[in-house]
Amino acid sequence: MAKIILDRLVEHFVAGEIVETGSQHGNEWARVAPANWRAVAQFLRDDPVTALNMFIDLTCVDRLGRTPRFDVVMHLYSVDKKHRVRLLAAVSEEDPHIDSLVALWPGANWFEREAFDLYGVRFVGHPDLRRILMYPEFVGHPLRKDFPKEGRQPLLRRLPGSVD
Amino acid sequence: MDDSSQTSRRVVIGLGDAANLPEDDELPTESMPLNMGPSHPATHGTVRMVLEVEGEKIRSADVQIGFLHRCFEKEAENATWTQIFPYTDRLNYVSPMLCNVGYALAVEKLLDIDDRIPERAQFIRVIVGEISRITDHLTCLAASAMELAAFTVFFYLMKAREWLWELLEEVSGARLTHSYVRIGGVVADLTDDFCPKLRDILRRCRAAIADVDKMLTSNRIFRDRMDGIGIITRDDAIGWGLTGPVGRSAGLAYDVRKDHPYLVYDRFDFDVPVGSRGDNFDRYAVRLEEMRQSMRILEQAMDLLPAGPILIDDARVALPPKREVYNTIESMIAHFKLIMDGIVVPPGEIYSFTEGGNGELGFYIVSNGTGQPWKCRVRPPCFANTAVLNKILPGLFIADVVPTFGMINMIGGECDR
Repeated sequence: MAKIILDRLVEHFVAGEIVETGSQHGNEWARVAPANWRAVAQFLRDDPVTALNMFIDLTCVDRLGRTPRFDVVMHLYSVDKKHRVRLLAAVSEEDPHIDSLVALWPGANWFEREAFDLYGVRFVGHPDLRRILMYPEFVGHPLRKDFPKEGRQPLLRRLPGSVD
Repeated sequence: MDDSSQTSRRVVIGLGDAANLPEDDELPTESMPLNMGPSHPATHGTVRMVLEVEGEKIRSADVQIGFLHRCFEKEAENATWTQIFPYTDRLNYVSPMLCNVGYALAVEKLLDIDDRIPERAQFIRVIVGEISRITDHLTCLAASAMELAAFTVFFYLMKAREWLWELLEEVSGARLTHSYVRIGGVVADLTDDFCPKLRDILRRCRAAIADVDKMLTSNRIFRDRMDGIGIITRDDAIGWGLTGPVGRSAGLAYDVRKDHPYLVYDRFDFDVPVGSRGDNFDRYAVRLEEMRQSMRILEQAMDLLPAGPILIDDARVALPPKREVYNTIESMIAHFKLIMDGIVVPPGEIYSFTEGGNGELGFYIVSNGTGQPWKCRVRPPCFANTAVLNKILPGLFIADVVPTFGMINMIGGECDR
């Protein structure tokens, strides 16, 4: 059923804008050129055939070793048509950034803040891009694969000469 | 300003329409920042709300979460597929079974064994899951009622929750962190007297819920603080990704159990309560009715519960019986490999979603074909639900924060992971 979404995407956008589409385990997905991230999302939301009006989830995947390194992943759902789609867009390690979708779905706000916090991807146009799960003083983006699992970043300032 | 607006001046605390009052109708006050939390006696959860207030009225709100962040995803990326179950217990810790089931279903879809799970195991998952849903809603209503000074209600509902948790403890061995579900089934069968006990508990729970219904639903004090406060529209619910009781109270009739049935939910007859106003009272009423519907499902599931195995017969995922582990070298090796290397899940990506206590609980899992997930993302329903507080708090009074926050039902473990 949800094949309609992918067909609509391929119909409406030229080849370079939709990089790849596929289906696995019943999930339909489309890989989008990062420059078209917002345009594709807006099309899927407003098109009466797809009507993917509900924002479900947004996160990142660190595919360490691949260039470009990160994927921004979003899930959308259609309340009326009861179908859903996964959108992916690759962003580079050197300057990870992609358009913010807060203007399309207010709910994207916290999800984009979380992706920024944990993966360091900037969302261009986000109204309030702060850390959300980690504290503001935290250094690094902990869900990146090269961030060590063990380690401490004490928030308290040590007095000179004190020992742990 | 004419005279009519002067005479009609009336401020009723808790009616939530303060935002509609004309500006010049009130004494001028300077705005000031007010910190609620992170550890506040009237919010059952570790969350900080930075409010900008003018007098008693909230002008803007900044809800800050993350105080309970325990690196679920980072830990999951360094654990075998089975070792993640205890972490999922600690996501929504008032309905751990639902998180267990949601995670197991996602991994089973990746393994392509989701259509081979024994029927009895699926029924057991529904039963323990619905019990968990009841405990989730009981906790939400109990704590919220207590914060509105209805302490009796708290005791009535906590007692009911305790009966259910004692029953789950008999089945799983743990009162709260069950880790009862396994990939391919469940870890242990129901106890022999489980069904008669559950029927008895449901009878007593029904009575407790009916008592609470009588005490709260037409209680003037309770209604004054719930009616018309914290209104969420259906469009808000769609745009903010609100699911579960919060979304349904706003008129968005989306329940994963009905719209995309998983396990054996399509065999049961149950209704999905939907609110019409999207205020705090609707969220309370939806939860109350959902508990009754869960009881209906439980009774049907107990009637239909088939006999049979509780774990899939597949050496790739299921541990061999202990008797064989101790007596045959093949089973010993299989056991060792499954424990040390973990279940090997073929490469792929899956987004699997179930109806959690607070809404759509999604697992987005990326496997690279090893014994550990490459990424194990939870889509926590609370996270989206809590975000909408930033929108609905402005315009309310400080006293309205307590019931509004309570009815959103933020569960720190799930929201912050």
